[in-house]
Amino acid sequence: MSGPVLSDEKQGRRERIAMRVARELPEGSLVNLGIGLPTLVANYLPQDKGILLQSENGFIGLGPEPPKSRADKDLVNAGGGLVTIVPGGCCFDSAMSFSIIRGGHLDVTVLGGLEVDEDGNLANYLIPGKMVAGMGGAMDLVVGAKKVIVAMEHVNKFGQPKIVKRCTLPLTAREEVDVIVTDLAFIRVTHSGLLLEEIAEDTTVEEVLEKTAAKLTVLPKLKEF
Amino acid sequence: MKKVQTPEEAVLHIHDGASIMVGGFMCCGQAFHLIDALIRRGTKGLTVICNDAGFPETGVGKLIVAGRVRRFIGSHMGTNHVAGQRMNSGEMEVELVPQGTLAERIRCGGAGLGGVLTPTGLGTDAEAGKRRIELHGRKYLLETPLHADFAFVKAAACDCIGNAVLARSAKNFNLVMAMAAQHTILEAEKLVEVGELDPDHVHLPGVFVDSIAAARRR
Repeated sequence: MSGPVLSDEKQGRRERIAMRVARELPEGSLVNLGIGLPTLVANYLPQDKGILLQSENGFIGLGPEPPKSRADKDLVNAGGGLVTIVPGGCCFDSAMSFSIIRGGHLDVTVLGGLEVDEDGNLANYLIPGKMVAGMGGAMDLVVGAKKVIVAMEHVNKFGQPKIVKRCTLPLTAREEVDVIVTDLAFIRVTHSGLLLEEIAEDTTVEEVLEKTAAKLTVLPKLKEF
Repeated sequence: MKKVQTPEEAVLHIHDGASIMVGGFMCCGQAFHLIDALIRRGTKGLTVICNDAGFPETGVGKLIVAGRVRRFIGSHMGTNHVAGQRMNSGEMEVELVPQGTLAERIRCGGAGLGGVLTPTGLGTDAEAGKRRIELHGRKYLLETPLHADFAFVKAAACDCIGNAVLARSAKNFNLVMAMAAQHTILEAEKLVEVGELDPDHVHLPGVFVDSIAAARRR
């Protein structure tokens, strides 16, 4: 599927998020990447770590888009785009797929976000009166995966913070987000609130704080990415 | 042995107002010939249960665009803008269900179960109108079974008993839906002789299939 045409600057910010998320995936893990920005993470997976991707429509071993000559109409990703399956992959139906997801057998899920708040609540499937997409598999993924990473730009297209004190949009799940990776910051959700652990190399703590509408505790030994 | 029919014959007895489960995920593994035959027949007022609303010009999305769907139950409709319009205008009622919950509710419908307890949707709008049950210190939502009058199921190959092989990611909702309908119609790309399929390779046992529409007879 071809997405909207993005400016180089915007694309660069998205690639940076994807690169940082890729470093967060443990060796030998099973990972589900959401549609949109999270899909870019696949381009930065380390080759030697044995990471396998799960596609919630029904297989493990999600591979890249095939050349047209090798396209298989019966092998698509969760966005409906033609894909391949890597050696060692396997196929199953939706009930099995969500048994993997909900049953705690998926190590990491990476999803986009509209809002994340101080309690790790996530809103990412509905804007009342505007966007009626539906939750798809997101509610199950966020509840079931061992680790939930939200990969999103730090502010929305109007420049407003997406990390807020309390979500105002309909929730995808409560208190399930573990990590937020944006173009400006790497933030961990802890029992005592949001912890700013890393900032992007071309930003400052002041800029991150200014563009965040939630309380952030700044790690004393702040790292850069 | 099941009746092998044309798609037109297979949908002949589907009445206005019927409920239909349509397998497929973003139109992959969807019974396109059955859907087209139903559109040509003019059947309307349908309740459609499908993972997603597809695309405006493909598969289940065409039924919505043609105005034949009164009620849609699914997990996602973002790829079919007409579905959103029909919902906003009140022409089509929509029930959004988390994808894993949708699969389990359909499985319950076909497996003789009275419901399933899931943590998915707790504390969200998906909890509205549902019972919250606490068991062994954990909270769950009680999700109830889904049934339908008909199911449209797609296979790569089947025999006349209805034993079927479903290709790669084309399995998706087809297997659970085949179990949960009063009358399951299997659309197969290829019809093979009884005994040709290795029993170990059959994904869908023929017992769930009521009639077969072979898109391409061998």
